Amino acid sequence: MSETIFDLIVIGAGPGGYVAAIRATQLGMKVAVVEKRAALGGVCLNEGCIPSKALLDSSELFALARDKFALHGINVSPPQLDLGAMMLRKDDVVKKLTDGIAYLFKKNAIQRFQGSALLRGKDTEGRHRVEVAAPAAEGQQNLLDAPADTVTLTAARVLLATGSEAAGLPGIPFDGQVVVSAREALSFERLPEHLIVAGGGYIGLELGSVWRRLGVKVTVMEMLPQILPNMDRQVADTLYRSLRKQGIQFKLGTRISGVRRIGSKAIVEFNDGTGSEEIDCDKVLVAVGRRPLTAGLGFEELGVVLDGQGRVAVDADYQTSVPGIYAIGDLVPGPMLAHKASEEGVVCVERMAGQHAEVEYDYIPGICYTWPEAASVGRTEEQLKDAGIPYRSGRFNFAALGRARCMDESEGFVKILAHQESDRVLGVHIIGPRASDLIAEGATVMSFGGTARDIALMCHAHPTLSEAIREAALDVHKEAIHA
Amino acid sequence: MEIKIPEVGESVREALLAKWFKSNGAAVAKDDPLCEIETDKITLDLNADVAGVLSIAVAEGTTVAVGTVIGSIVEAAASPQAPAIDTSSQLVEKLAEPASSPALRREMLERDISPDEVTGTGKGGRITLDDLFARIEERSKQPPASRPVTPPVKPAVTPAIQEAPASAMLQPAVAAPAPPTVVQEARPTAVRTEDAPLYAAGREERRPMSPIRKRIAERLVAARQQTAMLTTFNEADLTRVKELRGSQREHFMQRHGIALGFMPFFVKACVEALKEFPNVNASIDGDDIVLHNFYDIGIAIGGEKGLVVPVLRNADRMKLYEIEQAIAAFSEKIKTNRLAIADLQGGTFSISNGGVYGSMLSTPILNPPQSAVLGMHAIQDRPVVRDGQIVARPMMYLALSYDHRLIDGREAVGFLKKVKEYIEEPEELLLEG
Repeated sequence: MSETIFDLIVIGAGPGGYVAAIRATQLGMKVAVVEKRAALGGVCLNEGCIPSKALLDSSELFALARDKFALHGINVSPPQLDLGAMMLRKDDVVKKLTDGIAYLFKKNAIQRFQGSALLRGKDTEGRHRVEVAAPAAEGQQNLLDAPADTVTLTAARVLLATGSEAAGLPGIPFDGQVVVSAREALSFERLPEHLIVAGGGYIGLELGSVWRRLGVKVTVMEMLPQILPNMDRQVADTLYRSLRKQGIQFKLGTRISGVRRIGSKAIVEFNDGTGSEEIDCDKVLVAVGRRPLTAGLGFEELGVVLDGQGRVAVDADYQTSVPGIYAIGDLVPGPMLAHKASEEGVVCVERMAGQHAEVEYDYIPGICYTWPEAASVGRTEEQLKDAGIPYRSGRFNFAALGRARCMDESEGFVKILAHQESDRVLGVHIIGPRASDLIAEGATVMSFGGTARDIALMCHAHPTLSEAIREAALDVHKEAIHA
Repeated sequence: MEIKIPEVGESVREALLAKWFKSNGAAVAKDDPLCEIETDKITLDLNADVAGVLSIAVAEGTTVAVGTVIGSIVEAAASPQAPAIDTSSQLVEKLAEPASSPALRREMLERDISPDEVTGTGKGGRITLDDLFARIEERSKQPPASRPVTPPVKPAVTPAIQEAPASAMLQPAVAAPAPPTVVQEARPTAVRTEDAPLYAAGREERRPMSPIRKRIAERLVAARQQTAMLTTFNEADLTRVKELRGSQREHFMQRHGIALGFMPFFVKACVEALKEFPNVNASIDGDDIVLHNFYDIGIAIGGEKGLVVPVLRNADRMKLYEIEQAIAAFSEKIKTNRLAIADLQGGTFSISNGGVYGSMLSTPILNPPQSAVLGMHAIQDRPVVRDGQIVARPMMYLALSYDHRLIDGREAVGFLKKVKEYIEEPEELLLEG
């Protein structure tokens, strides 16, 4: 075996772990990364953000060709779906990006170990030991892995970045065929007839949108009386109406009590408060949340303390209760977002190197990639009311914006919340075309402590979608030009 | 677990806490370097005795007595429940702070400056990079002793001073409505404070002397004032030593794992010469002359923090390679801040080699209570006369500074001549030693 003593061992090569590993080598550390999968990038690249966006873009184009081309004066015979080709393109996008990380690892001389990691306490020199067990036998791969069954790596510091996995519904386990998680819902081989989505959060709405655009009957069941509970209410309500218009059916305040399988189909029992009902379907996507992957790492033996919600308790250095063991990303409190994990990974290793880095949690944007897209940064109106912070609100509808009209994307609005006295921007909420890109301006202005007046005084190019942000800022002081 | 300033030597009573390597609340592993302390003799690192969370009690830049508790490490085992990170930070608190930028906040964290210490001059009271640098400049000018006691003294923040440069710059262009004499009376306090005016910022920099530098200064002045120091010169032809080094280079390297330099020859030559001139190896104590029957030779080595003179004990009994190895070990210790007080104590005679910096000729200064110091210099090919012919030879000027109270000119010159002879004919040295 090659060198097994490192400065830092990163467990998990998702957006938290791989970014931390690269940053650590930039800071002069000798780094090993342990990853279960053959491909790097974790859930985000392999079965999350990236493949879902690939399918969202493909299905969006399909829906445009089918529903909107004629409005632009383009007549095509009804487009035919080649689901296999669409999936291959998605796989190709994923492969290119995961290969890209492998290249970055090589370039930064990061040593990669494939297998599952187990924390084994300290060696006589006081370094943490991490045992890597080669992945379970899988055809030919076994030949390669057979000689080195387990290998023990040691390092003064270990960074846990194992991420999270889909949580199931109580009493309704995943079966990989009918009751599935997002992973399988990104790779259906043929169009389901009726897809039931359990959970009205980001993941459920995005994947529901993909299949709805391709022509599938989609029903979203949500336990709460509203979708996207953490989003600004006006944004969530607007999105709810828009998705319903697109044909997604919603059953809110509804609890799924059981799933009965009949061959390749299933009957879902649910209760919407008025009594028990049943509905036929052939796929149930359970997207009710994710839970941190803390099992099997040897936490109990080592004494790594979890908080009340099963997340790893860490201090400001992201150090766990065991000195030298650190944790970031979905394992620790905060929103389960890829970019939040990356941010924490960078800050964590920079602090190891003695730098005074900090994650600025107030300015982390969150995005739901439906169409229209919903994006936000900072506080919602509801949160400001609860906290008793005096604020003013400015809003501008895309319907009044030239560029949005040209694109035939007139749904949605930009809303800016600014402090009543200081005018400091406290929150930006966008629902509309390319909200995911537009939100960057909000995050930038907030990071710089900017005010609504600052945005209003900055020239925005015409005709662009970004003009909506300026108009919303002007509207904070009731000075919008086009409203 | 308390972190204390350790006993580092008999005469050391206080130390400067020069730098904390870890921030307050940071997790530290056992043996991690925590901080650097400087005494008037040496600087050294304090390492963590246990793993845990660091709590800092004394800010860096503070001078504290030996034995002072400067912080503590809260052992991890004692508190298994790690404090949670705050992902929903205190918005209300943050709103009170002046607006800045991500890069500025990072810089402020690095330099431990809180936003309310800085006066923002940007749009809407925004803190700009210039504001931060102005604050850093200002902080560096405060005397270190007063800093920890009076934290938020902001002399330059009062409106009068802050506006002074701007209005002063306008002065020549705009005709002042008030008579100039009045302006001059009103202004001096604003412009001629002890702080340099802002437009002059960067033309000079003021920083406190480190304890080592202070000690060096005191000792050098004392050497000048309390001895009757003068210097005699000679020169040595290094042809033979160079030949010897050249022919033995490989062999020596293989046997001892270190290259043979010039210094061991000079140490040996001095020891032999000292044996013939015992007064050069002596010192004055009150009305007595103390003759030393041992040869502890100080070797001046330039470090980052200043010159230190570690001592080769019983150099007369050391082999050439042992001398070379001992000097290399001292250099390494200086680099890693591990030099001990014991390494510096005693010494009956010193050698200073200005030649490594290219010095042609200099007068070294005594290291009391020693009575003499040899100065070595750069080796240069110079024309000399040998057997009636002008030939080029590798020459070095030698200087011996000595305390004339104790050493007569005859002895000093004789000593230096002896050193020259040993260097020019090193075979004799080798036969002796």
